[in-house]
Amino acid sequence: MLIFSFFKTLTDQVITVELKNDLSITGTLKSVDQFLNIRLDGISVEDPERHPHMMAVRNCFIRGSVVRYVRMAAKNVDTTLLEDATRREIKDAKK
Amino acid sequence: MDHAAAAQISEPLDLVKLALGERVFIKLRGDRTLTGTLHAYDAHMNLVMSQVEESVHIVDVTDAGQPLPPRVERRNVEMLFVRGDSVILISPAQQ
Repeated sequence: MLIFSFFKTLTDQVITVELKNDLSITGTLKSVDQFLNIRLDGISVEDPERHPHMMAVRNCFIRGSVVRYVRMAAKNVDTTLLEDATRREIKDAKK
Repeated sequence: MDHAAAAQISEPLDLVKLALGERVFIKLRGDRTLTGTLHAYDAHMNLVMSQVEESVHIVDVTDAGQPLPPRVERRNVEMLFVRGDSVILISPAQQ
């Protein structure tokens, strides 16, 4: 739930999703669900020469399980808040 | 370890809690390693890290099928989410 909430705070921001097949897609995060499936708008592919079949795609829905990384701007993330939320989640899970 | 600290550690992930806000070393599937500051994690070992250096360890093979000496490709990312299913191990970063 923690990471799901974290991604919800990133909606409408530009992120780069790197998939397990090395395809990197940059776009605006429109929505995310509990499986960390991701909907991206206005996408561009990092290496279009290697992935020409992606050129016509404007927006996409990415299955959470194929994601390796999500890169984002550090200024959009409150790291102290994240650490506190993580500690709280661990504590709640033990009850 | 003193008694109070031992009481708080009852499962393996409790050791990861001690690394929150600290530099950690992560080994991932696909011959990748990361070092960075850990800010969040959950039971799936999904991670949020900042100031990350990613190293991809590559062994090229000659046309004759002989392996060349391993090389490392490095990359820096300021804020990174790592999906837990790629994670092999988490360790405090060695100096």
